[in-house]
Amino acid sequence: MAKSAARKAAKPASSTKGNLQFWGWRRENGRVGVRNHVLILPLDDLSNAACEAVANNIKGTLAVPHAYGRLQFGADLDLHFRTLIGTGSNPNVAAVVVIGIEDGWTDRVVQGIAKTGKPVVGFGIEGHGDIATVAKASYKAKDFLQWASELPLEECDISELWVSTKCGESDTTTGLGSCPTVGNMYDKLIPKGVTGVFGETSEITGGEHIARERAISKEIGDKWYKVWKAYQDDVIEANKVDDLSESQPTKGNIAGGLSSIEEKALGNLEKIGRNCRYIDVLGPAEEPQAGPGLYYMDTSSAAAECVTLMAAGGWVVHTFPTGQGNIIGNPIVPVIKISANPKTLRTMPEHIDVDVTGILRREMTLDTAGDALIDMVIRTANGRLTAAEALGHREFVLTKLYRSA
Amino acid sequence: MSNIPQFLVHSPEDNVGVVVVEDLKAGTDMLGVITENDSTIRVTAGHDIPIGHKVALVDLKEGDTVVKYGQDVGRMVGSAAKGEHVHVHNHKTKRW
Repeated sequence: MAKSAARKAAKPASSTKGNLQFWGWRRENGRVGVRNHVLILPLDDLSNAACEAVANNIKGTLAVPHAYGRLQFGADLDLHFRTLIGTGSNPNVAAVVVIGIEDGWTDRVVQGIAKTGKPVVGFGIEGHGDIATVAKASYKAKDFLQWASELPLEECDISELWVSTKCGESDTTTGLGSCPTVGNMYDKLIPKGVTGVFGETSEITGGEHIARERAISKEIGDKWYKVWKAYQDDVIEANKVDDLSESQPTKGNIAGGLSSIEEKALGNLEKIGRNCRYIDVLGPAEEPQAGPGLYYMDTSSAAAECVTLMAAGGWVVHTFPTGQGNIIGNPIVPVIKISANPKTLRTMPEHIDVDVTGILRREMTLDTAGDALIDMVIRTANGRLTAAEALGHREFVLTKLYRSA
Repeated sequence: MSNIPQFLVHSPEDNVGVVVVEDLKAGTDMLGVITENDSTIRVTAGHDIPIGHKVALVDLKEGDTVVKYGQDVGRMVGSAAKGEHVHVHNHKTKRW
Protein backbone atom coordinates (compact mmCIF):
# COMPACT_ATOMS: atom_id res chain seq x y z
CA MET A 1 0.00 0.00 0.00
CA ALA A 2 1.33 3.41 -0.92
CA LYS A 3 2.06 5.97 1.72
CA SER A 4 1.51 4.32 5.03
CA ALA A 5 4.28 6.16 6.89
CA ALA A 6 3.39 9.64 5.66
CA ARG A 7 -0.24 8.91 6.42
CA LYS A 8 0.31 8.46 10.14
CA ALA A 9 1.76 11.96 10.44
CA ALA A 10 -1.23 13.41 8.67
CA LYS A 11 -3.72 11.78 10.99
CA PRO A 12 -5.01 12.53 14.45
CA ALA A 13 -4.35 10.18 17.36
CA SER A 14 -5.93 6.75 17.00
CA SER A 15 -8.63 7.25 19.61
CA THR A 16 -11.77 8.35 17.83
CA LYS A 17 -14.33 7.83 20.56
CA GLY A 18 -17.47 9.72 19.66
CA ASN A 19 -15.85 11.20 16.57
CA LEU A 20 -17.84 10.01 13.56
CA GLN A 21 -15.41 11.32 10.98
CA PHE A 22 -12.59 9.50 9.28
CA TRP A 23 -9.69 10.30 7.00
CA GLY A 24 -9.77 8.82 3.53
CA TRP A 25 -8.77 9.27 -0.07
CA ARG A 26 -11.45 10.79 -2.26
CA ARG A 27 -11.26 9.17 -5.69
CA GLU A 28 -11.98 10.68 -9.08
CA ASN A 29 -15.60 9.44 -9.00
CA GLY A 30 -16.30 10.95 -5.56
CA ARG A 31 -16.19 7.71 -3.55
CA VAL A 32 -13.87 7.56 -0.54
CA GLY A 33 -11.31 4.81 0.11
CA VAL A 34 -9.48 3.93 3.32
CA ARG A 35 -6.51 2.16 1.74
CA ASN A 36 -4.35 3.39 -1.12
CA HIS A 37 -3.38 0.32 -3.13
CA VAL A 38 -1.76 0.19 -6.53
CA LEU A 39 -3.19 -3.05 -7.80
CA ILE A 40 -1.51 -5.44 -10.26
CA LEU A 41 -4.57 -7.32 -11.49
CA PRO A 42 -4.38 -10.52 -13.57
CA LEU A 43 -7.16 -11.04 -16.11
CA ASP A 44 -6.61 -14.80 -15.91
CA ASP A 45 -4.69 -17.57 -14.16
CA LEU A 46 -1.95 -17.49 -16.84
CA SER A 47 -1.06 -13.90 -15.98
CA ASN A 48 -0.50 -14.44 -12.26
CA ALA A 49 3.26 -14.97 -12.68
CA ALA A 50 3.77 -11.69 -14.55
CA CYS A 51 1.66 -9.79 -12.00
CA GLU A 52 3.62 -11.25 -9.10
CA ALA A 53 6.89 -10.35 -10.86
CA VAL A 54 5.73 -6.74 -11.25
CA ALA A 55 4.72 -6.54 -7.58
CA ASN A 56 8.13 -7.97 -6.67
CA ASN A 57 9.89 -5.32 -8.78
CA ILE A 58 7.87 -2.39 -7.47
CA LYS A 59 7.67 -2.64 -3.69
CA GLY A 60 4.39 -1.45 -2.27
CA THR A 61 2.24 -2.51 -5.20
CA LEU A 62 -0.13 -5.43 -4.71
CA ALA A 63 -0.67 -8.42 -7.02
CA VAL A 64 -3.91 -10.40 -6.58
CA PRO A 65 -3.39 -13.82 -8.19
CA HIS A 66 -6.50 -15.97 -8.78
CA ALA A 67 -7.49 -19.21 -10.47
CA TYR A 68 -9.83 -18.30 -13.34
CA GLY A 69 -10.48 -16.29 -16.50
CA ARG A 70 -10.19 -18.81 -19.32
CA LEU A 71 -13.03 -20.31 -21.41
CA GLN A 72 -15.75 -18.95 -19.17
CA PHE A 73 -19.06 -17.97 -20.79
CA GLY A 74 -22.52 -16.56 -20.10
CA ALA A 75 -23.43 -15.47 -16.56
CA ASP A 76 -20.21 -17.02 -15.23
CA LEU A 77 -18.08 -14.86 -17.54
CA ASP A 78 -20.17 -11.78 -16.72
CA LEU A 79 -19.53 -12.38 -13.03
CA HIS A 80 -15.79 -12.81 -13.70
CA PHE A 81 -15.60 -9.43 -15.45
CA ARG A 82 -17.87 -7.74 -12.90
CA THR A 83 -15.67 -8.99 -10.05
CA LEU A 84 -12.37 -7.94 -11.64
CA ILE A 85 -13.70 -4.55 -12.77
CA GLY A 86 -15.34 -4.01 -9.37
CA THR A 87 -12.12 -4.91 -7.56
CA GLY A 88 -10.11 -2.43 -9.63
CA SER A 89 -12.84 0.19 -9.23
CA ASN A 90 -12.97 -0.13 -5.41
CA PRO A 91 -12.11 3.20 -3.74
CA ASN A 92 -9.39 1.48 -1.68
CA VAL A 93 -7.49 1.18 -4.97
CA ALA A 94 -5.67 4.26 -6.30
CA ALA A 95 -4.52 2.89 -9.66
CA VAL A 96 -4.45 -0.41 -11.53
CA VAL A 97 -2.14 -2.30 -13.90
CA VAL A 98 -4.06 -5.12 -15.63
CA ILE A 99 -2.14 -7.98 -17.24
CA GLY A 100 -3.85 -10.66 -19.37
CA ILE A 101 -2.78 -13.36 -21.75
CA GLU A 102 -4.22 -11.41 -24.71
CA ASP A 103 -5.27 -7.83 -25.40
CA GLY A 104 -9.04 -8.16 -25.99
CA TRP A 105 -10.37 -9.22 -22.62
CA THR A 106 -7.56 -7.31 -20.89
CA ASP A 107 -8.87 -4.13 -22.48
CA ARG A 108 -12.42 -4.96 -21.42
CA VAL A 109 -11.29 -4.90 -17.76
CA VAL A 110 -9.24 -1.73 -18.34
CA GLN A 111 -12.22 0.05 -19.92
CA GLY A 112 -14.49 -1.01 -17.06
CA ILE A 113 -12.14 0.33 -14.40
CA ALA A 114 -11.44 3.51 -16.42
CA LYS A 115 -15.08 4.56 -15.94
CA THR A 116 -14.15 5.53 -12.36
CA GLY A 117 -11.61 8.03 -13.75
CA LYS A 118 -8.70 6.41 -11.91
CA PRO A 119 -5.41 5.65 -13.69
CA VAL A 120 -5.48 2.19 -15.28
CA VAL A 121 -3.43 0.54 -17.99
CA GLY A 122 -3.42 -2.96 -19.52
CA PHE A 123 -0.81 -5.25 -21.05
CA GLY A 124 -1.33 -8.42 -23.10
CA ILE A 125 1.39 -11.06 -22.90
CA GLU A 126 0.96 -12.81 -26.30
CA GLY A 127 3.41 -11.51 -28.89
CA HIS A 128 5.72 -10.10 -26.22
CA GLY A 129 6.32 -12.77 -23.59
CA ASP A 130 6.44 -12.47 -19.82
CA ILE A 131 9.81 -10.68 -19.55
CA ALA A 132 9.06 -7.75 -21.85
CA THR A 133 5.55 -7.45 -20.43
CA VAL A 134 6.83 -7.41 -16.84
CA ALA A 135 9.36 -4.71 -17.77
CA LYS A 136 6.76 -2.44 -19.42
CA ALA A 137 4.21 -3.00 -16.66
CA SER A 138 6.84 -2.36 -13.96
CA TYR A 139 7.69 1.10 -15.32
CA LYS A 140 3.99 1.96 -15.28
CA ALA A 141 3.44 0.47 -11.81
CA LYS A 142 6.33 2.59 -10.47
CA ASP A 143 4.79 5.77 -11.89
CA PHE A 144 1.39 4.89 -10.38
CA LEU A 145 2.88 4.04 -6.98
CA GLN A 146 4.82 7.28 -6.68
CA TRP A 147 1.80 9.26 -7.86
CA ALA A 148 -0.47 7.50 -5.34
CA SER A 149 2.00 8.09 -2.50
CA GLU A 150 1.38 11.83 -2.74
CA LEU A 151 -2.43 11.73 -2.85
CA PRO A 152 -3.84 13.85 -0.04
CA LEU A 153 -6.13 12.57 2.70
CA GLU A 154 -9.42 14.28 3.39
CA GLU A 155 -11.59 14.27 6.52
CA CYS A 156 -14.91 12.67 5.65
CA ASP A 157 -18.22 12.12 7.37
CA ILE A 158 -19.04 8.55 8.43
CA SER A 159 -21.86 8.58 5.85
CA GLU A 160 -19.21 8.21 3.14
CA LEU A 161 -18.04 4.90 4.59
CA TRP A 162 -19.30 1.63 3.10
CA VAL A 163 -19.17 -1.17 5.70
CA SER A 164 -19.92 -4.79 4.77
CA THR A 165 -20.48 -7.87 6.95
CA LYS A 166 -20.28 -11.65 6.77
CA CYS A 167 -19.55 -14.07 9.61
CA GLY A 168 -17.53 -17.28 9.58
CA GLU A 169 -16.65 -20.34 11.63
CA SER A 170 -19.81 -19.51 13.50
CA ASP A 171 -20.84 -21.11 16.73
CA THR A 172 -23.44 -20.33 19.37
CA THR A 173 -21.33 -17.42 20.68
CA THR A 174 -21.64 -15.60 17.34
CA GLY A 175 -25.43 -15.55 17.73
CA LEU A 176 -25.10 -14.39 21.35
CA GLY A 177 -22.26 -11.89 21.00
CA SER A 178 -20.34 -11.02 17.85
CA CYS A 179 -23.22 -11.03 15.31
CA PRO A 180 -25.55 -8.84 17.42
CA THR A 181 -22.54 -6.52 17.97
CA VAL A 182 -22.46 -5.96 14.20
CA GLY A 183 -26.25 -5.58 14.29
CA ASN A 184 -25.94 -2.90 16.96
CA MET A 185 -23.34 -1.13 14.81
CA TYR A 186 -25.68 -1.14 11.79
CA ASP A 187 -28.62 0.03 13.91
CA LYS A 188 -26.48 3.05 14.85
CA LEU A 189 -24.65 3.71 11.56
CA ILE A 190 -27.28 3.05 8.89
CA PRO A 191 -29.40 6.00 10.17
CA LYS A 192 -26.24 8.13 9.83
CA GLY A 193 -26.12 7.36 6.09
CA VAL A 194 -23.62 4.49 6.05
CA THR A 195 -24.01 1.99 3.21
CA GLY A 196 -24.03 -1.60 4.50
CA VAL A 197 -24.40 -5.08 3.02
CA PHE A 198 -25.04 -8.63 4.21
CA GLY A 199 -25.43 -11.82 2.19
CA GLU A 200 -24.79 -15.60 2.50
CA THR A 201 -27.83 -16.90 0.63
CA SER A 202 -27.05 -20.52 1.51
CA GLU A 203 -26.99 -19.86 5.26
CA ILE A 204 -30.35 -18.21 5.73
CA THR A 205 -32.30 -21.45 5.49
CA GLY A 206 -34.36 -21.65 8.66
CA GLY A 207 -34.51 -17.89 8.99
CA GLU A 208 -35.94 -17.07 5.55
CA HIS A 209 -39.25 -15.90 7.04
CA ILE A 210 -37.34 -13.34 9.13
CA ALA A 211 -35.04 -12.24 6.28
CA ARG A 212 -37.99 -11.74 3.94
CA GLU A 213 -39.80 -9.56 6.51
CA ARG A 214 -36.77 -7.34 7.05
CA ALA A 215 -37.03 -5.85 3.55
CA ILE A 216 -38.05 -2.22 3.19
CA SER A 217 -41.15 -3.25 1.19
CA LYS A 218 -43.09 -6.34 0.15
CA GLU A 219 -41.69 -5.97 -3.36
CA ILE A 220 -38.05 -6.09 -2.15
CA GLY A 221 -38.90 -8.94 0.25
CA ASP A 222 -40.36 -10.90 -2.67
CA LYS A 223 -37.24 -10.14 -4.72
CA TRP A 224 -35.13 -11.50 -1.87
CA TYR A 225 -37.28 -14.63 -1.54
CA LYS A 226 -36.92 -15.38 -5.25
CA VAL A 227 -33.10 -15.32 -4.90
CA TRP A 228 -33.20 -17.57 -1.84
CA LYS A 229 -35.68 -20.01 -3.43
CA ALA A 230 -33.62 -20.23 -6.63
CA TYR A 231 -30.63 -21.28 -4.55
CA GLN A 232 -32.71 -23.97 -2.80
CA ASP A 233 -34.06 -25.34 -6.07
CA ASP A 234 -31.11 -24.93 -8.43
CA VAL A 235 -28.24 -25.76 -6.09
CA ILE A 236 -29.47 -27.73 -3.05
CA GLU A 237 -32.26 -29.79 -4.63
CA ALA A 238 -30.36 -30.29 -7.91
CA ASN A 239 -27.10 -31.46 -6.34
CA LYS A 240 -27.81 -33.05 -2.99
CA VAL A 241 -27.07 -36.75 -2.77
CA ASP A 242 -27.97 -37.25 0.87
CA ASP A 243 -28.63 -35.48 4.12
CA LEU A 244 -26.69 -32.20 4.26
CA SER A 245 -26.26 -32.39 8.00
CA GLU A 246 -22.47 -32.67 7.79
CA SER A 247 -22.10 -29.74 5.35
CA GLN A 248 -24.51 -27.28 6.94
CA PRO A 249 -23.74 -26.72 9.75
CA THR A 250 -20.04 -27.38 9.04
CA LYS A 251 -17.83 -29.57 11.20
CA GLY A 252 -16.40 -26.39 12.75
CA ASN A 253 -19.87 -25.06 13.51
CA ILE A 254 -20.81 -28.38 15.12
CA ALA A 255 -17.67 -28.40 17.27
CA GLY A 256 -18.78 -24.95 18.43
CA GLY A 257 -22.19 -26.20 19.52
CA LEU A 258 -24.44 -25.50 16.54
CA SER A 259 -26.54 -28.51 15.57
CA SER A 260 -28.99 -27.38 12.87
CA ILE A 261 -29.07 -24.98 9.91
CA GLU A 262 -32.04 -23.16 11.47
CA GLU A 263 -30.01 -22.42 14.60
CA LYS A 264 -27.07 -21.22 12.47
CA ALA A 265 -29.27 -19.01 10.27
CA LEU A 266 -30.91 -17.26 13.21
CA GLY A 267 -27.49 -16.43 14.66
CA ASN A 268 -26.32 -15.18 11.26
CA LEU A 269 -29.29 -12.81 10.93
CA GLU A 270 -28.38 -11.14 14.24
CA LYS A 271 -25.90 -9.15 12.10
CA ILE A 272 -28.65 -6.90 10.71
CA GLY A 273 -29.69 -5.61 14.10
CA ARG A 274 -33.14 -4.88 15.40
CA ASN A 275 -34.24 -1.92 13.27
CA CYS A 276 -32.41 -2.02 9.92
CA ARG A 277 -34.30 -2.86 6.78
CA TYR A 278 -32.56 -3.74 3.52
CA ILE A 279 -33.45 -1.48 0.63
CA ASP A 280 -32.45 -3.64 -2.33
CA VAL A 281 -31.20 -7.08 -3.36
CA LEU A 282 -27.98 -7.16 -5.37
CA GLY A 283 -26.51 -9.82 -7.61
CA PRO A 284 -23.00 -11.03 -6.72
CA ALA A 285 -20.40 -8.21 -7.05
CA GLU A 286 -23.13 -5.79 -8.14
CA GLU A 287 -22.72 -2.13 -7.25
CA PRO A 288 -25.74 -0.69 -5.39
CA GLN A 289 -27.82 1.96 -7.12
CA ALA A 290 -30.44 2.90 -4.50
CA GLY A 291 -28.31 5.24 -2.35
CA PRO A 292 -27.21 4.87 1.28
CA GLY A 293 -28.74 2.11 3.41
CA LEU A 294 -28.47 -1.62 4.02
CA TYR A 295 -28.34 -3.99 1.03
CA TYR A 296 -28.56 -7.74 0.57
CA MET A 297 -26.08 -9.34 -1.84
CA ASP A 298 -26.61 -12.83 -3.24
CA THR A 299 -23.34 -14.51 -2.24
CA SER A 300 -21.84 -17.81 -1.33
CA SER A 301 -21.31 -18.36 2.39
CA ALA A 302 -17.63 -19.22 1.88
CA ALA A 303 -15.78 -16.38 3.59
CA ALA A 304 -13.21 -15.42 0.96
CA GLU A 305 -15.70 -15.63 -1.93
CA CYS A 306 -18.23 -13.50 -0.10
CA VAL A 307 -15.79 -10.78 1.02
CA THR A 308 -14.28 -10.66 -2.49
CA LEU A 309 -17.76 -10.12 -4.00
CA MET A 310 -18.66 -7.40 -1.48
CA ALA A 311 -15.33 -5.62 -2.13
CA ALA A 312 -16.09 -5.78 -5.86
CA GLY A 313 -19.48 -4.19 -5.13
CA GLY A 314 -17.64 -1.20 -3.67
CA TRP A 315 -17.50 -1.80 0.10
CA VAL A 316 -14.28 -0.56 1.75
CA VAL A 317 -14.31 -1.94 5.33
CA HIS A 318 -15.54 -5.39 6.34
CA THR A 319 -16.81 -6.49 9.78
CA PHE A 320 -16.41 -10.23 10.37
CA PRO A 321 -17.85 -11.95 13.45
CA THR A 322 -16.29 -15.33 14.21
CA GLY A 323 -16.82 -17.90 16.90
CA GLN A 324 -14.35 -20.72 16.36
CA GLY A 325 -11.78 -18.45 14.68
CA ASN A 326 -12.03 -17.91 10.93
CA ILE A 327 -8.74 -16.20 9.94
CA ILE A 328 -9.75 -14.71 6.57
CA GLY A 329 -8.48 -11.42 5.16
CA ASN A 330 -8.80 -9.64 1.83
CA PRO A 331 -6.11 -7.91 -0.25
CA ILE A 332 -7.89 -4.58 -0.72
CA VAL A 333 -10.43 -4.38 2.13
CA PRO A 334 -9.48 -4.45 5.82
CA VAL A 335 -11.39 -7.29 7.53
CA ILE A 336 -12.17 -6.58 11.20
CA LYS A 337 -12.63 -9.73 13.32
CA ILE A 338 -15.03 -9.70 16.23
CA SER A 339 -15.33 -12.63 18.63
CA ALA A 340 -17.26 -13.40 21.81
CA ASN A 341 -15.76 -16.87 22.30
CA PRO A 342 -13.36 -16.89 25.28
CA LYS A 343 -11.70 -20.10 24.08
CA THR A 344 -10.90 -18.49 20.71
CA LEU A 345 -9.55 -15.38 22.44
CA ARG A 346 -7.44 -17.63 24.65
CA THR A 347 -6.08 -19.91 21.92
CA MET A 348 -5.71 -17.58 18.88
CA PRO A 349 -5.98 -13.96 20.04
CA GLU A 350 -3.69 -12.62 17.31
CA HIS A 351 -6.57 -12.98 14.83
CA ILE A 352 -9.19 -10.96 16.74
CA ASP A 353 -9.55 -7.16 16.55
CA VAL A 354 -12.57 -6.66 18.82
CA ASP A 355 -12.97 -8.84 21.93
CA VAL A 356 -16.65 -8.98 22.98
CA THR A 357 -16.34 -11.97 25.34
CA GLY A 358 -17.63 -9.62 28.06
CA ILE A 359 -21.12 -10.06 26.56
CA LEU A 360 -21.08 -13.72 27.62
CA ARG A 361 -20.01 -12.80 31.15
CA ARG A 362 -22.73 -10.10 31.21
CA GLU A 363 -20.00 -7.53 31.86
CA MET A 364 -20.53 -5.83 28.48
CA THR A 365 -23.85 -4.80 26.95
CA LEU A 366 -24.60 -4.99 23.23
CA ASP A 367 -24.70 -1.20 23.27
CA THR A 368 -21.12 -0.91 24.55
CA ALA A 369 -19.98 -3.74 22.25
CA GLY A 370 -21.52 -1.93 19.26
CA ASP A 371 -19.72 1.27 20.27
CA ALA A 372 -16.42 -0.63 20.58
CA LEU A 373 -16.90 -1.97 17.06
CA ILE A 374 -17.75 1.47 15.65
CA ASP A 375 -14.59 2.80 17.30
CA MET A 376 -12.56 0.00 15.65
CA VAL A 377 -14.21 0.63 12.25
CA ILE A 378 -13.14 4.28 12.43
CA ARG A 379 -9.64 3.45 13.68
CA THR A 380 -9.33 0.93 10.85
CA ALA A 381 -10.54 3.48 8.31
CA ASN A 382 -7.94 5.87 9.74
CA GLY A 383 -5.18 3.41 8.96
CA ARG A 384 -4.92 0.93 11.84
CA LEU A 385 -3.97 -2.39 10.28
CA THR A 386 -6.37 -5.21 11.11
CA ALA A 387 -5.13 -8.52 12.51
CA ALA A 388 -5.67 -10.07 9.08
CA GLU A 389 -3.67 -7.33 7.37
CA ALA A 390 -0.81 -7.61 9.87
CA LEU A 391 -0.77 -11.39 9.43
CA GLY A 392 -0.72 -11.10 5.62
CA HIS A 393 -4.14 -12.59 4.86
CA ARG A 394 -4.98 -11.64 1.27
CA GLU A 395 -7.59 -14.19 0.22
CA PHE A 396 -8.84 -13.07 -3.20
CA VAL A 397 -11.27 -15.76 -4.36
CA LEU A 398 -13.48 -15.47 -7.43
CA THR A 399 -16.91 -17.12 -7.43
CA LYS A 400 -17.33 -19.65 -10.26
CA LEU A 401 -20.94 -20.42 -11.21
CA TYR A 402 -20.33 -23.52 -13.41
CA ARG A 403 -17.77 -25.41 -15.50
CA SER A 404 -15.97 -23.56 -18.30
CA ALA A 405 -16.54 -24.25 -22.02
CA MET B 1 -21.09 -16.66 44.63
CA SER B 2 -20.01 -15.24 41.28
CA ASN B 3 -22.75 -13.65 39.24
CA ILE B 4 -21.05 -14.63 35.97
CA PRO B 5 -23.55 -16.98 34.29
CA GLN B 6 -22.65 -20.49 33.18
CA PHE B 7 -25.28 -20.36 30.43
CA LEU B 8 -27.30 -17.84 28.45
CA VAL B 9 -30.77 -18.11 26.93
CA HIS B 10 -31.95 -15.86 24.08
CA SER B 11 -35.71 -15.77 24.70
CA PRO B 12 -38.09 -16.70 27.54
CA GLU B 13 -39.78 -19.08 25.06
CA ASP B 14 -36.59 -21.12 24.52
CA ASN B 15 -36.29 -24.68 25.79
CA VAL B 16 -32.49 -24.76 25.41
CA GLY B 17 -29.69 -22.51 26.66
CA VAL B 18 -26.02 -22.15 25.65
CA VAL B 19 -23.12 -22.96 28.00
CA VAL B 20 -20.75 -19.96 27.95
CA VAL B 21 -17.92 -21.16 30.24
CA GLU B 22 -15.13 -23.65 29.59
CA ASP B 23 -14.80 -26.95 31.50
CA LEU B 24 -18.36 -27.09 32.82
CA LYS B 25 -18.76 -30.27 34.90
CA ALA B 26 -21.86 -32.40 35.50
CA GLY B 27 -23.48 -31.57 38.80
CA THR B 28 -22.71 -27.84 38.64
CA ASP B 29 -25.54 -25.67 39.92
CA MET B 30 -25.63 -23.30 36.94
CA LEU B 31 -26.76 -19.69 36.84
CA GLY B 32 -28.46 -18.78 33.57
CA VAL B 33 -29.49 -15.38 32.20
CA ILE B 34 -32.27 -14.84 29.66
CA THR B 35 -30.74 -12.05 27.58
CA GLU B 36 -34.03 -10.71 26.21
CA ASN B 37 -35.32 -9.66 29.65
CA ASP B 38 -32.28 -10.10 31.93
CA SER B 39 -34.09 -12.57 34.19
CA THR B 40 -32.14 -15.41 35.81
CA ILE B 41 -32.78 -19.14 36.20
CA ARG B 42 -30.86 -22.03 37.77
CA VAL B 43 -30.37 -25.48 36.26
CA THR B 44 -28.11 -28.31 37.45
CA ALA B 45 -25.84 -29.62 34.69
CA GLY B 46 -26.60 -33.25 33.88
CA HIS B 47 -23.46 -33.73 31.77
CA ASP B 48 -20.03 -32.19 31.25
CA ILE B 49 -21.06 -29.72 28.50
CA PRO B 50 -18.44 -27.98 26.30
CA ILE B 51 -18.51 -24.21 25.92
CA GLY B 52 -20.95 -23.15 23.19
CA HIS B 53 -23.01 -26.33 23.41
CA LYS B 54 -26.66 -26.43 24.38
CA VAL B 55 -28.30 -27.49 27.62
CA ALA B 56 -31.95 -28.60 27.93
CA LEU B 57 -34.00 -26.27 30.13
CA VAL B 58 -36.89 -28.72 30.36
CA ASP B 59 -37.18 -32.48 29.79
CA LEU B 60 -37.09 -32.96 26.00
CA LYS B 61 -38.15 -36.17 24.26
CA GLU B 62 -37.87 -37.49 20.72
CA GLY B 63 -40.05 -35.50 18.31
CA ASP B 64 -40.13 -32.34 20.42
CA THR B 65 -39.41 -29.04 18.67
CA VAL B 66 -36.27 -27.29 19.90
CA VAL B 67 -36.86 -23.59 20.46
CA LYS B 68 -34.03 -21.03 20.47
CA TYR B 69 -34.28 -17.28 19.70
CA GLY B 70 -38.00 -17.93 20.30
CA GLN B 71 -37.95 -19.81 16.97
CA ASP B 72 -38.16 -23.41 15.72
CA VAL B 73 -34.58 -24.64 15.25
CA GLY B 74 -35.29 -28.32 14.57
CA ARG B 75 -36.47 -31.45 16.34
CA MET B 76 -35.25 -33.86 18.98
CA VAL B 77 -34.19 -37.25 17.57
CA GLY B 78 -33.41 -38.54 21.06
CA SER B 79 -34.17 -37.38 24.55
CA ALA B 80 -32.50 -34.99 26.98
CA ALA B 81 -33.60 -34.46 30.56
CA LYS B 82 -33.47 -30.96 32.02
CA GLY B 83 -29.79 -30.01 32.45
CA GLU B 84 -28.50 -32.48 29.86
CA HIS B 85 -26.51 -31.88 26.67
CA VAL B 86 -28.48 -31.15 23.45
CA HIS B 87 -26.38 -31.57 20.30
CA VAL B 88 -26.15 -33.53 17.05
CA HIS B 89 -26.65 -36.85 18.90
CA ASN B 90 -30.22 -35.90 19.84
CA HIS B 91 -31.07 -32.76 17.79
CA LYS B 92 -31.56 -32.42 14.03
CA THR B 93 -32.77 -29.92 11.46
CA LYS B 94 -36.29 -30.15 10.04
CA ARG B 95 -34.95 -28.97 6.66
CA TRP B 96 -32.77 -31.86 5.52
